[in-house]
Amino acid sequence: MYNFKTVAELIELAEKNEVSLAQIVIRREMELAEQTEAQVRAKMISSLEVMRAAIKKGLQEDISSMSGLTGGDARRIEKARLAGKTVVGDLFSRALANTLAVSEVNAAMGKIVAAPTAGSCGILPGSLLTIADHNNCTQTEIVDALFVAAGFGVIIAQQASVSGAAGGCQAECGSASSMAAAAISYLLGGDNKAITSAAAIALKNILGLVCDPVAGLVEVPCIKRNAIGTSNALTSAELALAGVESLIPADEVIVAMKKVGDALPCELKETSLGGLATTPTGCKIKSQLRQNSLKTERNE
Amino acid sequence: MSNLSAFDILGPIMIGPSSSHTAGAVRIGNLVREIVGTKIKKANIYFHGSFKETYQGHGTDKAIIGGLLGLTTANSKIRNSFALARQAGIEFSFFPIDLSDVHPNTLKLELFAQDEKKTVLIASSVGGGNIIVTELNGIKVKLKGEYYTLITLHHDQPGIIARISEVLQQYNLNIAEMEVLREHKGHLATAIINLDQPASEQVIELLTAIPDIETIKLVNPIA
Repeated sequence: MYNFKTVAELIELAEKNEVSLAQIVIRREMELAEQTEAQVRAKMISSLEVMRAAIKKGLQEDISSMSGLTGGDARRIEKARLAGKTVVGDLFSRALANTLAVSEVNAAMGKIVAAPTAGSCGILPGSLLTIADHNNCTQTEIVDALFVAAGFGVIIAQQASVSGAAGGCQAECGSASSMAAAAISYLLGGDNKAITSAAAIALKNILGLVCDPVAGLVEVPCIKRNAIGTSNALTSAELALAGVESLIPADEVIVAMKKVGDALPCELKETSLGGLATTPTGCKIKSQLRQNSLKTERNE
Repeated sequence: MSNLSAFDILGPIMIGPSSSHTAGAVRIGNLVREIVGTKIKKANIYFHGSFKETYQGHGTDKAIIGGLLGLTTANSKIRNSFALARQAGIEFSFFPIDLSDVHPNTLKLELFAQDEKKTVLIASSVGGGNIIVTELNGIKVKLKGEYYTLITLHHDQPGIIARISEVLQQYNLNIAEMEVLREHKGHLATAIINLDQPASEQVIELLTAIPDIETIKLVNPIA
């Protein structure tokens, strides 16, 4: 039996069996799906391919969302990077461009992997794959790291939530950052302590973040929050791999995230009744989109 | 939630932007297509609540049409579903509606099949791409597309359910869940029977032959 409910249980299983965290998540999946390791790996490879295709599409094509509100920011970052205009450096800029690419493809009705949700789908591919490619990691190593990300996601979803409607943005972009931080730390050879610290630090950084989409769409501020989620994942992995520990254990951070989510008023949990959604500009955008949709109805 | 798969977290692979407003709408279309069972000629779609406010930005309109055409949540053709529907000779229109006390992501569909038969449904997208059909031709139901479901229309008489389960037992089909609903005593009633295994054509024929059963339909689970 390879089932685990908490980070502590996941670590215990790995230590008892003397295998990696990835291997425990893979074995759990094999049990659940009654499949071989090759089969569950093949499934993850399909997800990886969709992630890579979304990055490529977002960087190469002129993208505009269905509402027309967003699109083109990934290419803006990429252009600045290629011109050498970057604040932190080439690698970080590349991670941001890759993240925005995936989120913009999502807003434009392109194909993505929910990770853990569609609204937060840019963070894991944008951060993990950029770091993986920079370090010339193999596909097998990346797939292992994706299973580690999924393992932390399973724990968060079961102990707290990964839905903005239930827990706010901390549950979506926060969970995605935490999963990505753990996966990157794993990929770069961090021990189990570093991996769990990275997951904990990322989630701590984003506690309380509200879900307040303008006009109810997965665009403003969601797409930019994916970029912030990537920087959160990278910062957390950087700290943890250097040996910085989270004083609050990951499992306790996850429970804290759930309690903060429960305490958030419903206005700040995906209902678009508060936060940025109800700013004067947020309201104006909403009424403009509504008028456009009425116009289209009349034309049809 | 203790059996959540790694692929429930890293997944689904889907066309964006929203699991509830896009992927969920595709799945409603997929399930409704199963329920209608024959080629749809015309669809009137009424958006309620959050669907009404945001359907264009989320592509809910393209998603529901794509779903009715049988496209799955990861099919990139969903973006072009309107053109595909027109090519297939399907007429469709969208309207706003207020269905009052229902889930915010709810829509009503009026579907006309090739044989002019009309089906009216109400369905909600309840999060993460999960859906539920709550009303079928005026009868309250709970269809989620998870099982092989038998839907009957029968005369409300004693013994009907026993005769149905006799046939199912004969073919070793296990009932996972069952519900019997009626509008008035002694009139027409509906049984919703969720099976763990698919029912063969032979089973459907035997069930249809039961006196007092007007119609019986098998709805397959959706992806």
